[in-house]
Amino acid sequence: MNLADLTRTSGEWLRGTGPESDIVISSRIRLARNLADFPFSSRASSQEKVEIAKTVRAGIKESSRTKRLKFINVDELDPLDRQFLMERQLISREHATGDGSRGVAFATEENVSLMINEEDHLRVQVIHSGFALMETWEEASGIDDSLEERLNFAYHHQLGYLTACPTNVGTGLRASVMLHLPALVITKQIEKVFRALHKINLAVRGLYGEGSQASGDFYQISNQVTLGSSETKIIQNITTVVPQIIHYEREGRQALVGESRQTLQDRVARSLGILRSAHSISSEETMHHLSNVRLGINLSLIDGLQIPTINEMFIHTQPAHLQKIQGSELDSQGRNAARANYLRLRLRDNSEKH
Amino acid sequence: MKCDFCSENASVHITDLSSGKYRVLHLCAGCAEKEKNGELKSQLNVEQFVKSIIAAYAGDQVGELAKLCCPYCGTKYMEFRAKGRLGCPADYEIFEKGLLPMLERIHGSTEHKGKSPQHGASVVGPKAEMIRLRRKLRAAVEREEFEIAAQLRDQIRAQEEAHESR
Repeated sequence: MNLADLTRTSGEWLRGTGPESDIVISSRIRLARNLADFPFSSRASSQEKVEIAKTVRAGIKESSRTKRLKFINVDELDPLDRQFLMERQLISREHATGDGSRGVAFATEENVSLMINEEDHLRVQVIHSGFALMETWEEASGIDDSLEERLNFAYHHQLGYLTACPTNVGTGLRASVMLHLPALVITKQIEKVFRALHKINLAVRGLYGEGSQASGDFYQISNQVTLGSSETKIIQNITTVVPQIIHYEREGRQALVGESRQTLQDRVARSLGILRSAHSISSEETMHHLSNVRLGINLSLIDGLQIPTINEMFIHTQPAHLQKIQGSELDSQGRNAARANYLRLRLRDNSEKH
Repeated sequence: MKCDFCSENASVHITDLSSGKYRVLHLCAGCAEKEKNGELKSQLNVEQFVKSIIAAYAGDQVGELAKLCCPYCGTKYMEFRAKGRLGCPADYEIFEKGLLPMLERIHGSTEHKGKSPQHGASVVGPKAEMIRLRRKLRAAVEREEFEIAAQLRDQIRAQEEAHESR
C-alpha cells in the first residue's frame, strides 16, 4: 500500500467524537502476547524472528476478526516511513527503531493495530475516540480471543500471560486515556493531579514530549500494575479517576473565563493569529498555539473551526508527516517553513468557508 | 569493586584505548603489576570481562541464583538482572526464586486474576522444548555439524506438524 495516501486522512480516534471528547481525546488498550514455543523477540535469532513474524501473521490472516487488516513489513520501510507510522500511533517508538523481521497489521480506520515482534511477539492495540475505555477493552479482548484460536500464547497458571518484561506479566494490559488539560496547566494545578495519580499507581506521561514534559498540554494516564487485578478492575481504577480530572479541568476552564474572559480571548486569538500568519514555526510552538486554539473552540471563543480539524493538525505538523505531504526530505529549517505553509493553507481554507 | 581477574579489591583503574576500542579495567595491586609486565594480555577475553561486570552488578546475589541458566533459551539469570528482559516464557519457572519477590515488589501480587486462554499451553513442556531444539540447531550449524543439524531439523519439523494438528 502507498503510505502517502494516509496523509490525506487521520485516524478515526482523532475525529473528536465520543463521550467527554472536549477533554478526553482517546481511550487506548494494549495487550502483550507471546508465542509459547519461541524465545522472546529480543532473545530470538534473526531466523527465529522471521518464523515468529510468519506464524503470527498467519494467525492474523486466518482469524475472522483480523483477516481484513492491512499489513506492512516495518523492516522493509525507510526510516521516514517508520517515523510516519509512529506519529500516527500505529507503531511504537521501539517498534520503529528496532531491528529484524517485524510488521504491523492495521485497520483502515486506524483504530486497530497489531504490532509483530515489538518487545513482545504480538501487541494488540485498539484506540477509540473520547472516553470509552470499557468498549475499547471489549474490542481488544475480542481480537485476542479470535487470535488465540489460531495461536498458542504463553500462559502460566499462576502468573498469567508471560511477557518479555516482568512489568507487563499477568494481564499484559496497558489501559490509557489521553487528556487535553490546558486549564490545569495554565492554573498550575497539574502537578497536584500528577501526585494524586502516582499515589494510586497510575502513570502520567506527556504525549509528544519525553517523560512528563508534554507539549500541547496532552497527558496520557495509564495503569502500571498488570498482575493481581482483573482487566475490568484495572480499567475501573482509571475510569473512576478520569471523571474527577475532567471535573477539575472544567472548573479550571470556567475559572479562566470568569476571571477575565478578555484575557483568555486575547490568548486564544493571538495563538490563532500566529498559526494563520507565521512563515516559519517549530513543532513545539505549533503544539502550544494549537492547544490554545483547541481550548478556544471548546469554550466557544472561536467560530468557524472544528475540533477534528485541530486534532488532525497535531498529527500532520509532525516531522515525518510534513515530509510525506511535501514529498521530499526536509531539514529542521525546511520543516519549520513547510509546517507554517501547511497551517496557513489549512486555516485559510477554513476561514473562507465561514 | 572487585578486581577483573581475581577476587581481591580493585585499586588500579585503567582506561585502555590502545586496541582502538574503549575498555576499562579494574585491577588489584597484584594483577596491575602483572598487567604492567604484559602477563595479563593473553588472559583478557570478552567473556571474562562481561562476567566481572555482571558480578559487580549482582552485589549480594552471587549465590545460587546467580548461577541459574535457562536450559531452553540459554539466558542466564544475571543477564536478566542486568537487562531487565527475560529470554523465553520458561524463564518464569526457571528463575522463579528471584522473580517472585521482584513481581511482588512491582505489582504487589504474584497471582494472575484476569482472563485466560482457552488453549492454555503449559510453559515448561513440549513448547519450551521447541525453543531448546532451535537453539541446538543453530549451534550445530555454527559448528558445521551438519548431520546433527539435519536430525534436529527433522525433530523440529515433526513437532511443528504435531502442533498444527492440535
